Amino acid sequence: MPPLEFAQKLKTKFGPVISEPAEFRGEITLHLSDAGRIAEVCEFAKNQLGFDYLVDVSSVDNYGDDPRWTVIYHLRSLKHGGELRLKTDVSEEKSELPTVLTVWKTANWHEREIYDMMGIRFSGHPDLRRILMWEGYPYFPLRKDFPLAGKPTDLPGVAFAKPAPLEGGPFVTVAGGKDAIQREPRVRTPEG
Amino acid sequence: MRTNTEMGYDSKIEGDVIVTRVDAALNWFRKNSVWPMPMGLACCAIELMAVGASRFDISRFGSEVMRFSPRQADCMIVAGTVTYKMAMCVKRIYDQMPEPRWVIAMGACASTGGMYRSYAVLQGVDNIIPVDVYVSGCPPRPEAVLDALMKLQDKIGQLPVLNELTAVAALKS
Amino acid sequence: MATVQDIEIRDSAARAAQAADELQDSVGEKMVLNMGPSHPATHGVLRIVLELDGEIVTKADPDIGYLHRGDEKIAENMTYTQFIPYTDRLDYLAPLANNVAYALAVEKLLGIEKDLPPRCQYIRVMCAELARISAHLLGLGAFAMDMGAVTVFLLTFTEREKIYNLAESISGARFTTSYTRIGGVMRDLPPTWLDQCQKFCEEFIPALNEVEVLLTRNRIWVDRVRNLAVISKADAIDYGLSGPNLRGSGVEWDLRKQQPYLCYPDLEFDIPTGSVGDCYDRYLVRMEEMRQSVRILLQCIKKIPGGADNKTKEPVNFADGKIFLPPKEKVMSKMEELIHQFILVTQGMNCPPGEVYFGHENPKGELGFYLNSRGGGTPYRMKIRSPSFVNLSIIPKIFPGCLISDTVAILGSLDFVMGECDR
Repeated sequence: MPPLEFAQKLKTKFGPVISEPAEFRGEITLHLSDAGRIAEVCEFAKNQLGFDYLVDVSSVDNYGDDPRWTVIYHLRSLKHGGELRLKTDVSEEKSELPTVLTVWKTANWHEREIYDMMGIRFSGHPDLRRILMWEGYPYFPLRKDFPLAGKPTDLPGVAFAKPAPLEGGPFVTVAGGKDAIQREPRVRTPEG
Repeated sequence: MRTNTEMGYDSKIEGDVIVTRVDAALNWFRKNSVWPMPMGLACCAIELMAVGASRFDISRFGSEVMRFSPRQADCMIVAGTVTYKMAMCVKRIYDQMPEPRWVIAMGACASTGGMYRSYAVLQGVDNIIPVDVYVSGCPPRPEAVLDALMKLQDKIGQLPVLNELTAVAALKS
Repeated sequence: MATVQDIEIRDSAARAAQAADELQDSVGEKMVLNMGPSHPATHGVLRIVLELDGEIVTKADPDIGYLHRGDEKIAENMTYTQFIPYTDRLDYLAPLANNVAYALAVEKLLGIEKDLPPRCQYIRVMCAELARISAHLLGLGAFAMDMGAVTVFLLTFTEREKIYNLAESISGARFTTSYTRIGGVMRDLPPTWLDQCQKFCEEFIPALNEVEVLLTRNRIWVDRVRNLAVISKADAIDYGLSGPNLRGSGVEWDLRKQQPYLCYPDLEFDIPTGSVGDCYDRYLVRMEEMRQSVRILLQCIKKIPGGADNKTKEPVNFADGKIFLPPKEKVMSKMEELIHQFILVTQGMNCPPGEVYFGHENPKGELGFYLNSRGGGTPYRMKIRSPSFVNLSIIPKIFPGCLISDTVAILGSLDFVMGECDR
């Protein structure tokens, strides 16, 4: 059964919360408008549709748009080889959505990393603490308003951080400008 | 004709006796048996392992035993990127090494932070410990690491050991 | 003036009673041992906090992040081509494979991954398989050295030096090669490379047999490694394992067969799968994978279009000036190529907005790149799905119940690399 049929099955089961399947480069993406139901949808996908393997959970910071966070789940089935991508949006005030740890155990570390890097909390996660940065690090590094050079921190006895010397750079193009002039290489400041 | 060499040996004059200075003898012992402590953090650790393997043998320089305990090592080779989270561990391990101790910063990441100019990387391990030899390269070729070891041996050969020992003895009494 | 103290020497019954009391207090306590980031057997900077009851591990909590260098944030500030050296340093035991994985991911975003010239595809497959042999050799060597078999380490490193020679003649660097580019490879094969590769394959199999004789039916090795840390099929799938760890547990899933890319459909090879899921199975799977990689290499050497010195001038790069740098003679003499070169170097190739995920069968597992692009030459968000990160998450499940000396064996058999895990 091609992945499009699985997407249609999810849509028929969950109705208006799931968008029409979009296709790009051979991959099907479904958008879930209510982030609170993600665990339910994933449970259905695993038990009824056979998506038993969670490949990856990623997060994107749509800085300047509302809702600010997008959490992306890549599902795969080892039985029939189908792949599916589920996206859901979370607003900045809420910054929380249910964990899918109950469905796939591998989500444990992926969600901890998203919490560490972006600051999105997962309700129901038994052990939500930082995984890549040290305990007590006050910032969320992968947010768009956090500079690449870093900000100074100091946790005596644990770690310290100083901003890296970027000397005004990096001078790279801005993603998503409508023409080459708008995309010109320029210094990336957090606000721009 | 007076020459300034470290050893005097002429079998016709001295017979089977070598005449040398205490400094030169002690330094000769120390430099030919530098036991490294590999602080292998990232990709440079793989080149460090290659230096220890059979093709670029480090044991011909006396450094065969890679002592993983800092208390038994002479030279700490920081091989790889030092992140801020790891920096505290590196400093603590350096403090545990007994004198005399030296540090080789191997690779671009250990020397200056390398190509990782980001929020999590310490820009050079010399921010926290004193470094004796810097090796550039990403990763440096094993021959470069051996060259660094030879430079370190030259440096050790020049140390005024006897002055230090007498100064320490004077402090104790 | 020293005071005189009375020493009370009680009789043996009283002493025995006191010792029994103290033992009762200490038997219930568990000791927390830190298997620290600087440890000879943790294959990089991994810290595991072990809770021990005597010699048996009751709880294990890995603490990673000691090599977190901020690759994903750096990627948002680099063009796609500028990020290639960072991909080398992800799984630093097999840099050629990481380069191929990243190039394929960006080419999927551009939509050109089916249009790569065939010679380029064969070259990339050969690079990936050489990287696979190299990574498995080092994983095996480190695993055996931690268990005490130091000779195996020296033998495998000698073979790796031959692979380093091949990598050096193809790209200039022994190790961190940065060989592939988006739309092709850096340069064509040198004329004698295929002969060197053939010679390596012929010399490698006897060396591998020697290692096999030393380990596979060795009583001590089997005793230490058999029936240790059994990962069931359901657990392996649930925890998201991939690569030899997944196949060692009996799941037949290999991206080269299930979701084929490059020219793998034209090549014949088998996928070794384990039956029990213990450390011995994972070791055997890796040994057999090396043999299959040699089989693939020999087929590629025969089948590569253009042969050893490319007399028929087969292209190795995708011939579009907007994606791949045009040849230098044209850049220096024609206007259009000069503009293409300028834009590619300063701004990067203009990728369409959209998102892709591409998973590649790396030696450690599935290395995946999730690219979210909003147009332009830099990614808006790049997530690196690293196999070692996911493979390590099973440690809290399989450590409890084994002895301290078994922890070294389990870490060696999981074969992870911290550069990839922490990115």
